[in-house]
Amino acid sequence: MASEVHSGAAGDRRAGVDVDPPYLYPDYVATRLRSPTRPLVILPHSLSELTGPVYGEDAVGELDHDLTRQHEAEPAGQRITVSGRVLDGDGRPLGGQLLEIWQANAAGRYVHAVDRHAAPLDPNFTGAGRCLTDDQGAYRFVTIQPGAYPWLNHHNAWRPAHIHFSLFGRAFATRLVTQMYFPGDPLLDYDPIFQSVRDPQARERLISSFDLDLTEPAWALGYRFDIVLRGPDATPMVD
Amino acid sequence: MPAPTASQTVGPFFSFALLDLFRPELVAPETPGALRIEGVVLDGEGAPVDDAMVEIWQANAAGRYAHPADLRHDLPLEHGFTGFGRCGTDAEGRFWFVTIKPGAVPAPDGRPQAPHLDVSVFARGLLKRLVTRMYFPDEEAANAADSVLSALAGACERATLVAVPSGVVLRFDIRLQGDGETVFFAV
Repeated sequence: MASEVHSGAAGDRRAGVDVDPPYLYPDYVATRLRSPTRPLVILPHSLSELTGPVYGEDAVGELDHDLTRQHEAEPAGQRITVSGRVLDGDGRPLGGQLLEIWQANAAGRYVHAVDRHAAPLDPNFTGAGRCLTDDQGAYRFVTIQPGAYPWLNHHNAWRPAHIHFSLFGRAFATRLVTQMYFPGDPLLDYDPIFQSVRDPQARERLISSFDLDLTEPAWALGYRFDIVLRGPDATPMVD
Repeated sequence: MPAPTASQTVGPFFSFALLDLFRPELVAPETPGALRIEGVVLDGEGAPVDDAMVEIWQANAAGRYAHPADLRHDLPLEHGFTGFGRCGTDAEGRFWFVTIKPGAVPAPDGRPQAPHLDVSVFARGLLKRLVTRMYFPDEEAANAADSVLSALAGACERATLVAVPSGVVLRFDIRLQGDGETVFFAV
Protein backbone atom coordinates (compact mmCIF):
# COMPACT_ATOMS: atom_id res chain seq x y z
CA MET A 1 0.00 0.00 0.00
CA ALA A 2 1.33 3.45 -0.86
CA SER A 3 1.45 4.67 2.73
CA GLU A 4 3.73 1.83 3.80
CA VAL A 5 6.42 2.46 1.18
CA HIS A 6 6.27 6.24 1.35
CA SER A 7 9.67 7.57 2.37
CA GLY A 8 8.36 10.84 3.73
CA ALA A 9 9.85 14.14 4.81
CA ALA A 10 11.07 15.00 8.27
CA GLY A 11 8.23 14.79 10.75
CA ASP A 12 6.24 12.19 8.77
CA ARG A 13 5.37 9.44 11.16
CA ARG A 14 5.12 6.89 8.37
CA ALA A 15 8.80 7.44 7.51
CA GLY A 16 9.76 6.50 11.03
CA VAL A 17 9.89 9.97 12.60
CA ASP A 18 7.21 10.45 15.21
CA VAL A 19 6.00 14.05 15.65
CA ASP A 20 4.36 13.36 18.98
CA PRO A 21 6.11 14.20 22.24
CA PRO A 22 7.46 11.36 24.39
CA TYR A 23 5.49 10.15 27.41
CA LEU A 24 8.28 11.00 29.85
CA TYR A 25 9.43 14.60 29.57
CA PRO A 26 10.87 15.45 32.99
CA ASP A 27 10.63 19.22 32.54
CA TYR A 28 6.87 18.67 32.55
CA VAL A 29 6.78 17.40 36.09
CA ALA A 30 3.46 15.54 35.97
CA THR A 31 4.83 13.16 33.32
CA ARG A 32 7.29 11.72 35.83
CA LEU A 33 4.62 9.64 37.59
CA ARG A 34 2.15 9.23 34.76
CA SER A 35 4.29 7.98 31.90
CA PRO A 36 4.49 4.23 31.31
CA THR A 37 7.92 2.70 31.79
CA ARG A 38 7.47 -0.28 29.49
CA PRO A 39 7.66 0.01 25.72
CA LEU A 40 4.36 0.15 23.88
CA VAL A 41 3.21 -3.04 22.20
CA ILE A 42 2.38 -2.63 18.53
CA LEU A 43 -1.32 -3.19 17.91
CA PRO A 44 -1.94 -4.26 14.30
CA HIS A 45 -4.94 -2.42 12.96
CA SER A 46 -8.12 -4.44 12.93
CA LEU A 47 -11.63 -3.08 12.42
CA SER A 48 -11.50 -1.96 16.07
CA GLU A 49 -8.77 0.55 15.22
CA LEU A 50 -9.96 1.38 11.69
CA THR A 51 -13.43 2.42 12.82
CA GLY A 52 -14.41 5.16 15.22
CA PRO A 53 -17.38 7.21 16.38
CA VAL A 54 -19.24 9.06 13.65
CA TYR A 55 -21.24 12.15 14.54
CA GLY A 56 -23.88 13.93 12.59
CA GLU A 57 -25.44 17.35 12.56
CA ASP A 58 -27.42 16.68 15.71
CA ALA A 59 -24.23 16.60 17.78
CA VAL A 60 -23.77 20.34 17.26
CA GLY A 61 -26.12 23.23 18.08
CA GLU A 62 -26.32 26.29 15.86
CA LEU A 63 -24.31 28.49 18.22
CA ASP A 64 -21.95 25.89 19.63
CA HIS A 65 -19.10 27.23 17.48
CA ASP A 66 -19.43 30.74 18.92
CA LEU A 67 -17.97 31.01 22.41
CA THR A 68 -18.95 34.71 22.58
CA ARG A 69 -22.68 34.03 22.37
CA GLN A 70 -23.31 31.54 25.14
CA HIS A 71 -24.44 34.05 27.76
CA GLU A 72 -26.50 37.22 28.08
CA ALA A 73 -23.71 39.52 26.99
CA GLU A 74 -20.45 39.15 25.18
CA PRO A 75 -17.32 38.24 27.10
CA ALA A 76 -14.45 40.65 27.69
CA GLY A 77 -11.36 40.36 25.57
CA GLN A 78 -10.11 40.50 22.03
CA ARG A 79 -12.64 38.89 19.70
CA ILE A 80 -10.99 36.43 17.32
CA THR A 81 -12.02 33.85 14.77
CA VAL A 82 -10.13 30.60 14.48
CA SER A 83 -10.50 28.79 11.16
CA GLY A 84 -8.77 26.04 9.36
CA ARG A 85 -9.08 22.70 7.68
CA VAL A 86 -8.85 19.21 9.01
CA LEU A 87 -6.89 16.96 6.63
CA ASP A 88 -5.76 13.38 6.63
CA GLY A 89 -2.16 12.28 6.14
CA ASP A 90 -2.60 12.33 2.37
CA GLY A 91 -3.77 15.94 2.43
CA ARG A 92 -7.40 15.04 1.76
CA PRO A 93 -10.05 17.11 3.54
CA LEU A 94 -11.97 15.39 6.33
CA GLY A 95 -15.59 16.53 6.19
CA GLY A 96 -18.17 15.95 8.87
CA GLN A 97 -15.51 15.89 11.60
CA LEU A 98 -16.49 16.94 15.11
CA LEU A 99 -14.10 19.37 16.82
CA GLU A 100 -14.39 20.13 20.52
CA ILE A 101 -12.43 23.10 21.87
CA TRP A 102 -11.95 24.67 25.28
CA GLN A 103 -9.92 27.52 26.73
CA ALA A 104 -9.40 30.03 29.51
CA ASN A 105 -10.98 33.49 29.42
CA ALA A 106 -9.17 36.71 28.51
CA ALA A 107 -7.78 36.98 32.04
CA GLY A 108 -6.36 33.45 31.86
CA ARG A 109 -8.93 31.81 34.14
CA TYR A 110 -10.83 28.61 33.43
CA VAL A 111 -14.37 28.07 34.71
CA HIS A 112 -13.27 24.69 36.06
CA ALA A 113 -13.50 24.66 39.88
CA VAL A 114 -9.95 23.31 40.18
CA ASP A 115 -8.51 26.47 38.66
CA ARG A 116 -7.67 28.71 41.61
CA HIS A 117 -5.67 31.30 39.67
CA ALA A 118 -6.26 34.79 41.11
CA ALA A 119 -7.77 36.18 37.94
CA PRO A 120 -11.42 37.06 37.50
CA LEU A 121 -14.05 34.78 36.05
CA ASP A 122 -16.11 36.30 33.29
CA PRO A 123 -19.86 35.72 33.80
CA ASN A 124 -20.25 35.92 30.03
CA PHE A 125 -17.69 33.28 29.16
CA THR A 126 -17.66 29.51 29.69
CA GLY A 127 -14.99 28.67 27.13
CA ALA A 128 -16.20 25.47 25.44
CA GLY A 129 -17.25 25.04 21.83
CA ARG A 130 -18.02 22.47 19.16
CA CYS A 131 -18.39 22.43 15.43
CA LEU A 132 -18.41 20.07 12.47
CA THR A 133 -16.13 20.47 9.48
CA ASP A 134 -17.86 21.05 6.16
CA ASP A 135 -17.21 18.92 3.11
CA GLN A 136 -14.00 20.85 2.43
CA GLY A 137 -12.80 19.91 5.88
CA ALA A 138 -13.17 23.54 6.98
CA TYR A 139 -14.16 24.68 10.46
CA ARG A 140 -14.61 28.08 12.11
CA PHE A 141 -14.93 29.16 15.73
CA VAL A 142 -15.59 32.61 17.15
CA THR A 143 -14.08 33.28 20.55
CA ILE A 144 -11.92 35.67 22.52
CA GLN A 145 -8.15 35.56 22.83
CA PRO A 146 -7.36 33.47 25.91
CA GLY A 147 -4.90 34.84 28.48
CA ALA A 148 -1.74 33.15 29.64
CA TYR A 149 -1.95 31.57 33.06
CA PRO A 150 0.43 30.55 35.82
CA TRP A 151 0.81 26.93 36.86
CA LEU A 152 2.90 25.17 39.49
CA ASN A 153 5.16 23.10 37.24
CA HIS A 154 8.21 25.16 38.22
CA HIS A 155 8.96 28.58 39.68
CA ASN A 156 7.32 31.39 37.71
CA ALA A 157 5.79 28.93 35.24
CA TRP A 158 3.22 30.29 32.79
CA ARG A 159 1.31 28.48 30.07
CA PRO A 160 1.36 30.41 26.82
CA ALA A 161 -2.09 31.44 25.57
CA HIS A 162 -3.65 28.36 24.01
CA ILE A 163 -6.87 26.74 22.86
CA HIS A 164 -7.36 23.01 23.43
CA PHE A 165 -8.63 20.95 20.49
CA SER A 166 -10.06 17.42 20.53
CA LEU A 167 -10.86 15.50 17.34
CA PHE A 168 -11.77 11.91 16.49
CA GLY A 169 -10.82 11.63 12.84
CA ARG A 170 -12.16 8.73 10.82
CA ALA A 171 -11.01 6.00 13.16
CA PHE A 172 -10.00 5.07 16.71
CA ALA A 173 -6.41 5.21 15.46
CA THR A 174 -6.66 8.85 14.37
CA ARG A 175 -7.87 10.36 17.66
CA LEU A 176 -6.02 13.59 18.50
CA VAL A 177 -5.97 15.98 21.45
CA THR A 178 -3.71 18.96 20.97
CA GLN A 179 -3.27 22.66 21.76
CA MET A 180 -3.20 25.65 19.43
CA TYR A 181 -0.85 28.51 20.27
CA PHE A 182 -0.53 32.11 19.08
CA PRO A 183 2.26 33.62 16.98
CA GLY A 184 4.90 35.70 18.69
CA ASP A 185 4.07 34.53 22.19
CA PRO A 186 7.23 34.97 24.26
CA LEU A 187 6.13 32.22 26.66
CA LEU A 188 6.50 29.48 24.06
CA ASP A 189 10.25 29.31 24.56
CA TYR A 190 9.76 28.55 28.25
CA ASP A 191 6.81 26.16 28.10
CA PRO A 192 7.74 22.52 28.67
CA ILE A 193 4.47 21.21 27.21
CA PHE A 194 5.08 23.02 23.91
CA GLN A 195 8.81 22.24 23.97
CA SER A 196 8.13 18.53 24.53
CA VAL A 197 7.47 18.33 20.79
CA ARG A 198 11.02 17.66 19.68
CA ASP A 199 10.89 18.53 15.98
CA PRO A 200 11.02 22.34 15.46
CA GLN A 201 8.75 22.18 12.42
CA ALA A 202 6.19 20.14 14.31
CA ARG A 203 6.27 22.75 17.09
CA GLU A 204 5.79 25.52 14.54
CA ARG A 205 2.71 23.75 13.20
CA LEU A 206 1.06 24.02 16.63
CA ILE A 207 1.22 27.80 16.35
CA SER A 208 -1.71 29.43 14.56
CA SER A 209 -1.06 32.05 11.88
CA PHE A 210 -2.45 35.54 12.03
CA ASP A 211 -4.36 35.98 8.79
CA LEU A 212 -5.43 39.44 7.62
CA ASP A 213 -7.74 37.85 5.04
CA LEU A 214 -9.61 36.08 7.86
CA THR A 215 -9.69 39.25 9.92
CA GLU A 216 -13.10 40.94 9.73
CA PRO A 217 -12.95 44.75 9.73
CA ALA A 218 -14.05 46.40 12.96
CA TRP A 219 -15.03 43.04 14.36
CA ALA A 220 -12.48 40.27 14.92
CA LEU A 221 -8.89 39.28 14.30
CA GLY A 222 -8.56 36.09 12.29
CA TYR A 223 -6.25 33.17 13.00
CA ARG A 224 -5.71 30.10 10.88
CA PHE A 225 -4.93 26.67 12.28
CA ASP A 226 -4.93 23.60 10.08
CA ILE A 227 -4.93 20.16 11.64
CA VAL A 228 -3.50 17.08 9.97
CA LEU A 229 -4.55 13.72 11.31
CA ARG A 230 -2.50 10.66 10.56
CA GLY A 231 -4.03 8.15 8.18
CA PRO A 232 -5.53 5.17 9.95
CA ASP A 233 -3.32 2.87 7.95
CA ALA A 234 -0.10 4.56 9.09
CA THR A 235 2.44 2.30 10.77
CA PRO A 236 2.09 2.39 14.55
CA MET A 237 5.01 4.16 16.20
CA VAL A 238 6.77 2.88 19.28
CA ASP A 239 8.77 5.48 21.21
CA MET B 1 2.15 15.03 2.05
CA PRO B 2 1.43 17.20 5.08
CA ALA B 3 2.98 16.07 8.36
CA PRO B 4 0.60 15.18 11.21
CA THR B 5 -0.26 17.65 13.96
CA ALA B 6 1.51 16.76 17.20
CA SER B 7 -0.34 15.75 20.34
CA GLN B 8 -0.41 17.87 23.50
CA THR B 9 -1.76 17.04 26.92
CA VAL B 10 -5.49 17.33 27.58
CA GLY B 11 -4.60 19.29 30.74
CA PRO B 12 -6.55 19.40 34.03
CA PHE B 13 -9.50 21.58 32.98
CA PHE B 14 -11.31 19.61 30.27
CA SER B 15 -14.33 18.32 32.18
CA PHE B 16 -16.61 21.32 31.61
CA ALA B 17 -16.06 21.01 27.86
CA LEU B 18 -15.76 17.30 27.14
CA LEU B 19 -18.04 15.52 29.60
CA ASP B 20 -21.49 16.87 28.75
CA LEU B 21 -22.20 15.54 25.25
CA PHE B 22 -20.44 12.18 25.57
CA ARG B 23 -21.34 9.96 28.51
CA PRO B 24 -20.31 6.70 30.21
CA GLU B 25 -23.62 4.94 29.48
CA LEU B 26 -23.59 3.24 26.09
CA VAL B 27 -26.85 1.48 26.91
CA ALA B 28 -29.55 2.14 29.47
CA PRO B 29 -28.79 0.20 32.70
CA GLU B 30 -31.99 -1.83 32.44
CA THR B 31 -31.05 -3.15 28.99
CA PRO B 32 -30.85 -6.96 28.93
CA GLY B 33 -27.19 -7.95 29.07
CA ALA B 34 -26.07 -4.54 30.34
CA LEU B 35 -22.75 -4.69 32.19
CA ARG B 36 -21.25 -2.18 34.57
CA ILE B 37 -17.49 -1.67 34.30
CA GLU B 38 -15.70 0.11 37.13
CA GLY B 39 -12.05 0.93 37.56
CA VAL B 40 -9.51 3.30 38.94
CA VAL B 41 -6.63 5.06 37.19
CA LEU B 42 -3.43 5.00 39.28
CA ASP B 43 -0.08 6.68 38.83
CA GLY B 44 3.45 5.42 39.40
CA GLU B 45 3.11 5.75 43.18
CA GLY B 46 -0.23 3.99 43.20
CA ALA B 47 -2.01 7.28 43.80
CA PRO B 48 -5.39 7.88 42.15
CA VAL B 49 -5.38 10.05 39.03
CA ASP B 50 -8.36 12.29 39.72
CA ASP B 51 -8.20 14.26 36.50
CA ALA B 52 -8.09 11.59 33.80
CA MET B 53 -10.51 10.96 30.96
CA VAL B 54 -11.18 7.41 29.81
CA GLU B 55 -12.87 6.57 26.50
CA ILE B 56 -14.06 3.24 25.18
CA TRP B 57 -14.79 2.20 21.61
CA GLN B 58 -16.47 -1.08 20.83
CA ALA B 59 -18.61 -3.12 18.44
CA ASN B 60 -22.22 -3.93 19.25
CA ALA B 61 -23.41 -7.27 20.59
CA ALA B 62 -23.37 -8.76 17.09
CA GLY B 63 -19.76 -7.62 16.58
CA ARG B 64 -20.59 -4.85 14.10
CA TYR B 65 -19.09 -1.34 14.24
CA ALA B 66 -21.34 1.65 13.51
CA HIS B 67 -18.88 2.97 10.92
CA PRO B 68 -18.65 2.89 7.11
CA ALA B 69 -15.40 0.88 7.18
CA ASP B 70 -17.25 -2.08 8.67
CA LEU B 71 -18.67 -3.68 5.54
CA ARG B 72 -20.13 -6.76 7.19
CA HIS B 73 -23.68 -5.82 6.35
CA ASP B 74 -24.93 -9.26 7.33
CA LEU B 75 -24.40 -8.20 10.94
CA PRO B 76 -27.08 -5.88 12.26
CA LEU B 77 -26.52 -2.35 13.52
CA GLU B 78 -28.27 -1.40 16.71
CA HIS B 79 -30.24 1.80 16.55
CA GLY B 80 -29.06 4.22 19.21
CA PHE B 81 -25.88 2.30 20.04
CA THR B 82 -22.86 4.38 19.05
CA GLY B 83 -20.22 2.14 20.61
CA PHE B 84 -18.45 5.13 22.17
CA GLY B 85 -18.31 6.16 25.81
CA ARG B 86 -16.38 8.78 27.75
CA CYS B 87 -15.92 9.17 31.50
CA GLY B 88 -13.87 11.50 33.69
CA THR B 89 -12.27 10.10 36.83
CA ASP B 90 -13.57 11.31 40.18
CA ALA B 91 -11.63 12.46 43.25
CA GLU B 92 -10.69 8.82 43.96
CA GLY B 93 -9.52 8.23 40.40
CA ARG B 94 -12.57 6.10 39.59
CA PHE B 95 -14.36 5.77 36.28
CA TRP B 96 -17.30 3.66 35.12
CA PHE B 97 -19.17 2.59 32.00
CA VAL B 98 -22.44 0.79 31.36
CA THR B 99 -22.40 -1.18 28.14
CA ILE B 100 -22.92 -4.60 26.60
CA LYS B 101 -20.30 -7.17 25.74
CA PRO B 102 -19.34 -6.73 22.10
CA GLY B 103 -19.39 -9.59 19.64
CA ALA B 104 -16.15 -10.88 18.13
CA VAL B 105 -14.42 -8.77 15.51
CA PRO B 106 -11.90 -10.22 13.03
CA ALA B 107 -8.17 -9.67 13.34
CA PRO B 108 -6.29 -8.50 10.21
CA ASP B 109 -5.78 -12.15 9.25
CA GLY B 110 -9.52 -12.81 9.40
CA ARG B 111 -9.51 -14.96 12.53
CA PRO B 112 -11.84 -13.79 15.28
CA GLN B 113 -10.44 -11.68 18.08
CA ALA B 114 -11.78 -12.19 21.59
CA PRO B 115 -14.47 -9.66 22.56
CA HIS B 116 -12.74 -6.46 23.65
CA LEU B 117 -13.07 -2.72 24.14
CA ASP B 118 -10.48 -0.32 22.74
CA VAL B 119 -9.63 2.10 25.55
CA SER B 120 -8.03 5.56 25.43
CA VAL B 121 -6.68 7.38 28.50
CA PHE B 122 -6.01 11.13 28.57
CA ALA B 123 -4.78 13.23 31.51
CA ARG B 124 -2.63 16.07 32.71
CA GLY B 125 0.86 14.57 32.67
CA LEU B 126 0.10 12.55 29.54
CA LEU B 127 1.46 14.41 26.54
CA LYS B 128 -0.38 11.98 24.25
CA ARG B 129 -3.09 9.44 24.90
CA LEU B 130 -2.47 5.94 26.18
CA VAL B 131 -4.24 3.11 24.37
CA THR B 132 -5.12 -0.18 25.93
CA ARG B 133 -7.76 -2.89 25.59
CA MET B 134 -10.20 -4.52 27.98
CA TYR B 135 -11.03 -8.20 27.55
CA PHE B 136 -13.76 -10.18 29.33
CA PRO B 137 -13.16 -12.74 32.10
CA ASP B 138 -15.84 -15.16 30.88
CA GLU B 139 -14.15 -15.63 27.50
CA GLU B 140 -11.21 -17.85 28.45
CA ALA B 141 -11.08 -19.85 25.25
CA ALA B 142 -11.44 -16.81 23.02
CA ASN B 143 -8.86 -14.89 25.09
CA ALA B 144 -6.39 -17.78 24.82
CA ALA B 145 -6.79 -17.73 21.03
CA ASP B 146 -6.71 -13.95 20.69
CA SER B 147 -3.81 -12.77 18.51
CA VAL B 148 -3.16 -9.63 20.56
CA LEU B 149 -3.28 -11.28 23.99
CA SER B 150 -1.26 -14.29 22.95
CA ALA B 151 1.46 -12.05 21.52
CA LEU B 152 2.13 -10.69 25.00
CA ALA B 153 5.08 -12.28 26.76
CA GLY B 154 3.84 -12.92 30.26
CA ALA B 155 0.70 -14.03 32.07
CA CYS B 156 1.00 -10.96 34.31
CA GLU B 157 0.98 -8.68 31.32
CA ARG B 158 -2.01 -10.44 29.78
CA ALA B 159 -3.82 -10.20 33.11
CA THR B 160 -3.63 -6.40 33.08
CA LEU B 161 -5.96 -6.43 30.08
CA VAL B 162 -8.64 -8.79 31.37
CA ALA B 163 -11.42 -7.39 33.56
CA VAL B 164 -12.05 -9.14 36.85
CA PRO B 165 -15.55 -9.95 38.03
CA SER B 166 -16.35 -8.13 41.27
CA GLY B 167 -19.89 -8.82 42.40
CA VAL B 168 -22.19 -7.61 39.62
CA VAL B 169 -19.51 -5.36 38.23
CA LEU B 170 -16.50 -5.91 35.97
CA ARG B 171 -13.42 -4.33 37.44
CA PHE B 172 -10.76 -2.89 35.13
CA ASP B 173 -8.04 -0.80 36.73
CA ILE B 174 -5.51 1.17 34.72
CA ARG B 175 -2.03 1.50 36.19
CA LEU B 176 -0.08 4.09 34.27
CA GLN B 177 3.35 3.22 35.67
CA GLY B 178 5.20 0.82 37.91
CA ASP B 179 3.93 -2.32 39.64
CA GLY B 180 1.30 -4.05 37.60
CA GLU B 181 1.64 -1.44 34.84
CA THR B 182 -1.13 -1.92 32.30
CA VAL B 183 -0.05 -2.99 28.83
CA PHE B 184 -0.34 -0.02 26.49
CA PHE B 185 -0.34 -0.14 22.71
CA ALA B 186 1.10 1.80 19.80
CA VAL B 187 -1.77 2.32 17.37
